[in-house]
Amino acid sequence: MRVDPIEVEEAAKALYIRALKLLPPDIKAGFRKLDSAETDTTGKAVLGTMIRNIAVAEANDNLLCQDTGIPIYNIVIGRNVAVDGYELKQAIVRGCARATKEHPLRSSVVHPVTRGNEHTSCGRLVPVINIDFSADPESLRIEMIPKGSGSENNSWLKMAIPADGIDAIKTFVIDCVLEAGGKTCPPTIVGVGVGGTADLCVHLSKVAATRALGSVCEDAEGARLERELSGVVNALGIGAQGLGGDSTAFAVHVETAATHITMNPVAVNMQCHSARRARATFTPAGVSYGF
Amino acid sequence: MAHYDFDMPISDAQVRALRVNDTVSLNGTLYGIRDATQIHMFDRGRKTRFDLRGHAVIHTAPNVKWVGETQAAPTGYAPLCVGTTTSARMERFTRPLMEQYGVRIIIGKGGLFAASQRAFADLGGAYLAIIGGAAALETTWIEQIEEVDLDDLNPESLWKFRVKGFGPLLVAMDSHGGNLYGTIATAAQGRRAEVLAALGVGSGK
Repeated sequence: MRVDPIEVEEAAKALYIRALKLLPPDIKAGFRKLDSAETDTTGKAVLGTMIRNIAVAEANDNLLCQDTGIPIYNIVIGRNVAVDGYELKQAIVRGCARATKEHPLRSSVVHPVTRGNEHTSCGRLVPVINIDFSADPESLRIEMIPKGSGSENNSWLKMAIPADGIDAIKTFVIDCVLEAGGKTCPPTIVGVGVGGTADLCVHLSKVAATRALGSVCEDAEGARLERELSGVVNALGIGAQGLGGDSTAFAVHVETAATHITMNPVAVNMQCHSARRARATFTPAGVSYGF
Repeated sequence: MAHYDFDMPISDAQVRALRVNDTVSLNGTLYGIRDATQIHMFDRGRKTRFDLRGHAVIHTAPNVKWVGETQAAPTGYAPLCVGTTTSARMERFTRPLMEQYGVRIIIGKGGLFAASQRAFADLGGAYLAIIGGAAALETTWIEQIEEVDLDDLNPESLWKFRVKGFGPLLVAMDSHGGNLYGTIATAAQGRRAEVLAALGVGSGK
């Protein structure tokens, strides 16, 4: 299968806009679950407003949230796919800039020193483009995530030591949720990276935070940890928007990687309640869109 | 818990009547302000031509569309999606906004801290919580972008919105020391040990 960069550019543009407007069904289901379990009056009212906002965005063809985020494109290339990798990346950047100019969208991306805004949602090394490979025959997937800053500004890494054990990981996660309070726009998906190098650990926390609700860590130990943490996190009572109640998080997700004998790293990254993502899949039959 | 409909601007007495858990809806003028706006106003000596006395500011940088100057869009900008950003980053600007410009109300998400709480008590002010991430809904409360200043900072310009029924917003910090975020955070911290115990921390498992 050959992938045309022009089609990739169109998909990159369409995905950014689609992600900003349509919340994935698993997140909507997550809202229903939290709403039915919420016992706090304020928490119930806050969740009600969020749920209403999803409907208003769809009815008015508007963005769910003003924060267009830092655009992230996760690309997974299957087997027997012919694509010019350099062209692919250039096409993603062009599509991202076109979405910003043509919709138009607020460009939330600035140079880190000058704070200059090119008004394209692009800049040095942005959009973030991650490329991986899979065993899927003749398939190329592009997942787009507009990562909002309210949640991204609450990101942490701790290089714990082996002697601190799993207790250090659990304690760190709970303390991060406490420190974040309402700043991350809860209810959140709390993403936890465990193991790896410092940079891999942080990356895994992002993968965990942006995974679909209901998905489970492939590593059995990671799955057990995310089950335990998900079971207690809402007992903290921070609640939706930090205004109290039972809806601090939709879930805690964990991703793991092997690490060094001397290391015990843990990272936390959060996804806000506007847990936006969109996906395009290229196959020999054409391009299809989903979440 | 009372509800107030304010036609902006408001007086010292009006803002001091607000208590945590009251609700407020705004009508008339609302100013949009953000990190860069305030960095330029308070660190780089720039001034705005707007008279903010008695007014509310909201922590925002909207999505707008250039449509050309018309009667419906006097600035040339139409609001596409206007939401609210996390207030915590702008904590140090609360007092100068109130002292130098007479601002009475700050609208944001996630709350502010002790210095803002003192400024609200000293100068007569309040923080109203809006639901972050509910921007599509918030946009329906905005009638027009009436004026814009410091627009070289776009999208972090100083925006003058005309709003109708903007709310209900929850009074989360008042001028009497009431702070809903503080109460919730203290209670959550109090549950930390119990949650860690439920996770088996310290049990040697």
